[in-house]
Amino acid sequence: MSKQKYKWVGTRPDRPDGADKVTGRARFGADFNMPGQLVGKVLRSPHAHAIIKSIDTSAAEKLPGVKAVVTAKDFPEQPNLIVPTGEMQVNLRDITRNVMAREKALYESHPVAAVAATTDAIANAALALIKVEYQVLPHVIDVAEAMKDGAPLLHDNLITEGVKPVPTKPSNIAKRIDNVKGDTDAGFKQAEIVVERDYTTQPVHQGYIEPHACLASMAEDGQVQIWSTTQGHFQVRGFCSRLLNIETSQIRVTPTEIGGGFGGKTVVYLEPVAVMLSKKSGKPVKMVMSRDEVFRASGPAPGGTVHVKIGAKKDGTIVAAECTIALQAGAFPGSPVGPACWTSFACYDIPNIKVIGYDVVSNRPKVAAYRAPGAPISAWGVESTMDILAQELRMDPIDLRLKNAAKKGTKTSYGPVFDTIGFVETLEAAKKSEHYKSKPKPGMARGVAAGFWFNVGADSSAAAHVAEDGTVTIISGNPDIGGSRASLALMAAEELGVDYDKVRPVIADTSSIGFNFVTGGSRVTFATGLAVVNSVRDLIRECKVRAAKTWGVDPDGVIWENGCAKPAGSNVGEFEPLSLAQLAATAGKTGGPINGHNQLNAQGAGPGFGVHIVDLKVDRDTGIVEIGRYTALQDVGTAIHPSYVEGQMQGGAVQGIGWALNEEYIYSAKGKLDNAGFLDYRMPVASDLPMIETVIVEVANPHHPYGVRGVGEVPIVPPLATVGNAIARATGVRMTDLPMSPPRLSAALDAATPRMAAE
Amino acid sequence: MTDISYSSPKTIDEAVAAMVAAKGAGRILAGGTDLLVQLRAGFVKPGSIIVDIKKIAEMTSIEDKGGGSFKVGAAVTGMQLHDHPTFKKAWPGVLEAINLIGSKQIQGRASAGGNLCNASPAADSVPALVAAGATVTVQGPKGRREVAVEKIPAGPGRMTLEPGEIVVSFTLPARPAGSSDAYLRLIPRTEMDIAVVGCGVNLTMKGGICTAARVGLGAVAPTVLLVEAAAKALIGSKLDANALEAAAAACRAVCKPIDDKRGTIVYRTKIAGVLLKRATAIAAERAAKN
Amino acid sequence: MSKLHVTTTINGEPTEFLCEPTQAVLDVLRDQLGLTGTKEGCGSGDCGACTIMLDGRMVCSCLVLGAEAEGKKIETIEGMAQGDHLHALQKKFIEFAALQCGICTPGFLMASRALLERNNNPTETEVRYWLAGNLCRCTGYDKIVRAVMEVAADMRGAAR
Repeated sequence: MSKQKYKWVGTRPDRPDGADKVTGRARFGADFNMPGQLVGKVLRSPHAHAIIKSIDTSAAEKLPGVKAVVTAKDFPEQPNLIVPTGEMQVNLRDITRNVMAREKALYESHPVAAVAATTDAIANAALALIKVEYQVLPHVIDVAEAMKDGAPLLHDNLITEGVKPVPTKPSNIAKRIDNVKGDTDAGFKQAEIVVERDYTTQPVHQGYIEPHACLASMAEDGQVQIWSTTQGHFQVRGFCSRLLNIETSQIRVTPTEIGGGFGGKTVVYLEPVAVMLSKKSGKPVKMVMSRDEVFRASGPAPGGTVHVKIGAKKDGTIVAAECTIALQAGAFPGSPVGPACWTSFACYDIPNIKVIGYDVVSNRPKVAAYRAPGAPISAWGVESTMDILAQELRMDPIDLRLKNAAKKGTKTSYGPVFDTIGFVETLEAAKKSEHYKSKPKPGMARGVAAGFWFNVGADSSAAAHVAEDGTVTIISGNPDIGGSRASLALMAAEELGVDYDKVRPVIADTSSIGFNFVTGGSRVTFATGLAVVNSVRDLIRECKVRAAKTWGVDPDGVIWENGCAKPAGSNVGEFEPLSLAQLAATAGKTGGPINGHNQLNAQGAGPGFGVHIVDLKVDRDTGIVEIGRYTALQDVGTAIHPSYVEGQMQGGAVQGIGWALNEEYIYSAKGKLDNAGFLDYRMPVASDLPMIETVIVEVANPHHPYGVRGVGEVPIVPPLATVGNAIARATGVRMTDLPMSPPRLSAALDAATPRMAAE
Repeated sequence: MTDISYSSPKTIDEAVAAMVAAKGAGRILAGGTDLLVQLRAGFVKPGSIIVDIKKIAEMTSIEDKGGGSFKVGAAVTGMQLHDHPTFKKAWPGVLEAINLIGSKQIQGRASAGGNLCNASPAADSVPALVAAGATVTVQGPKGRREVAVEKIPAGPGRMTLEPGEIVVSFTLPARPAGSSDAYLRLIPRTEMDIAVVGCGVNLTMKGGICTAARVGLGAVAPTVLLVEAAAKALIGSKLDANALEAAAAACRAVCKPIDDKRGTIVYRTKIAGVLLKRATAIAAERAAKN
Repeated sequence: MSKLHVTTTINGEPTEFLCEPTQAVLDVLRDQLGLTGTKEGCGSGDCGACTIMLDGRMVCSCLVLGAEAEGKKIETIEGMAQGDHLHALQKKFIEFAALQCGICTPGFLMASRALLERNNNPTETEVRYWLAGNLCRCTGYDKIVRAVMEVAADMRGAAR
């Protein structure tokens, strides 16, 4: 469809950063260096929960080669103030404590001090010389345990928000969310069938291959430069400004190429520490996390518990639905329990919905966003329950979803009414797909599930500059995490009517373009894309002014077509068209350089829906699952660069498969992470998977000139239940706890057939 | 700061001398796929002496002695063994076990000698070598000795080697026609994991009857086990369901596993029996062609 | 703790460097020789981002001591393109969108080239198992595997 409508949008040209990335030229977080730089390293708590009674850094400071040591004392106290970061929110009082522990160490590997030294070895030796006196406290890891009366308390002042009357005693429950539509009690009375189950999930890590890294330099005049691998260099600037009391414009953050983030690089860990070490030492400081540190101390996604109850008529019409979700926030409040609640039943038009959410702290690293934060967890519960309902009603699982699918005009449980959405179209595409119409191969069983993500708009700035030869630079401020430069350039080329290779997109540092919210929420191609389109339109407006000046006509008498200004109306035929190159050549005489700009707070992000289908086989003796065939279908609005749209769908699906089958944080009895490495944190490898087939559904978002919806997050939402549903159909055993790893699945199968266990 | 030193002796005598001189602080470097991880994590003690044995010809060579007998240097890499023209036909189980140590990148470096001396109960090559009846040539200050491979590990991370002793090579015995072997391990993914259970089976079949068998079992006890009761259950049988079940039961019976991040006691015990049956079937099928 | 002097060949160029006895080739390449195309993802041989060729065998450079490179031939991603001509795999990775963030790409390219030099007619399963030591978290491997298969087919076509 789009292929006929547009010249560039919907094509698959080479990405602008391709050659750099296949030759080793591209510079990522750990690839930046400055003359005279020091090595920064962090001392981390060996305890899951402990009072920090004292820290003696004197011996470390005396070690030759050590140039600075910092502890929490070097960072000013922060107010109890919540600020947005990516799709989640953080409290400044908490974030400074997460960057450097103050009164207590709240999780294993919580930073307690940091050093800057001339070499790696000296920095390590200095860490060993820092004496920290701890008073070890009882700890709590599990979310259900943390919610119990008498659980070890992480924060003495934490009073549950959202509960009336306001509790008088502190607890580990930071917040309760209530989300009600209609009357579920009345709704369940109409139900002819009710399905109710409890589910759990374990924390999983984003698993980006590039560890966190930064280089920071504070000069004698107080000007700060930072190179950081981040999804939001403006957020890095903002946090460093706040946490270190430095005026924002004194800090210039340059985003490096980013080696994966998936939400995990929307927060700060190292940067404020590196700046403080640089300030104290007077030298640039480079900090790079080890993989072990990444696992132990950078945000995983939460684990949680989900209780789901769905009531329906015998024809499949759902009349009421309830869901209670408790998510681990980690050591500080702020799990994505809100999105988990709001997305839970967003796929369905249900008259009566009640959703309750709890945000629970425990002695784990503070969670960070991970691709559709919270949504996969509630979808695991809801979409598994939907499958049970379909089985009990003897309905096709897609038909059950079609019968209840949200559409334009459906009011969500969390407030908004959907505009044009493509869930029905996506379900129908799934039903019509070659995969769904085929029979599973012998030994294989099929599972289906759906998923939803809001998608996000928010703040973006962009500029478009015409160079002296008429080629164009598109400047934006969102780190490109999966090909966004290509899609921005495609939209710019389409608007301008010039070739894709005449448009070069660059990502500017914080001092070279206006503010941009993080690369997250599937917002860049939508919101920053809109800013780019608008900046190009501003540029075209200026070009028309210049052409009018050249021709001595009114700007209204000029149109823009195929990359040229052309006379319009009564001027048609009077003048030869002026190309960008011609306009650029005479720009000095017509008003100087030709540029366009735009800044906006993008509204109208189009919600995204996905449906996934899997065929898999279960080895009953071992509990090992083999994925035989997998198809991801999604309404993407318009696929600007279809290859990178497919890539998002495939990558998200595979992350979800990992979440379903093997990935989990495993803690020892002492509250220490037992699998902090890629060997035992088992992300999918190439040989675990088949090709991931994709079907792109395009129901244009009416709030974007090219109909863009966000793409990146929806695909991680369906896979958990897709896989679980197939396992249930393959074995007759319904798994309710993730991951469905071989020992767990084997135990469940044996429990269901005691004869086998006795064998 | 890093007062760890490196040497690369040209002869075994020099290597032994270096190990003796190191007074217990010597660390043999073969493929380095375990040692370098420990080094980078800061687990190697200051003062250690790294003794790189790859410049010693005997350590890195493969000798086909005929009749299925091979001598394999302790530092021979998995990839080197994989590319050898005759080894695969003779000892497919040993080869697949060694070729399961890590990724293809690791295969370019890792050796059976290193795998044995890392002394992990989950070492992939060891159950297959135990099943094969391999012996190890050990050289130390008192000279050379031959030891059965299963006698080397003493427990997780510990060996029975005397101070200064080095594992030089493995010898795989000659054996009659109708013999073959197989190794299977269970891992949660298809690659890149440490064995939850590993099982090597080595068989000789004559006229459909199993005339000789050895079974090695890994990751179910502090050291890799030679399961003689399982072999006994197979020998003299046609590898029928009863014999296989008896052998599987023998495997389950010797398991003394732990619950850890890789598996549970119940799961490991069950899987030991499952793998015994499956590996036996593969070994028997191969033996029928030899 | 004196440094060791090592003489080696890197991407065809005779190269000398000094290294600590415990320093890995990865660190020598990145920190001393400025060859930052080789990436560190884990430092334990589990991700393959630091894959290089050492005397024609592919290895994780985080698990090789600098001292071991004495007299050996090292090849890194920086040596893969010939002059201004990208290797067929490099071209196909771009064309097929076989990279998203790109941090694992140098390792995948080195590993894929090593495979195709041994076997220019691999099955999909062979490609997947060969590349199992290289983690990619962005792509789900689909487009990487397709790119490698396609280059193999092109190579066979060209050889015919």
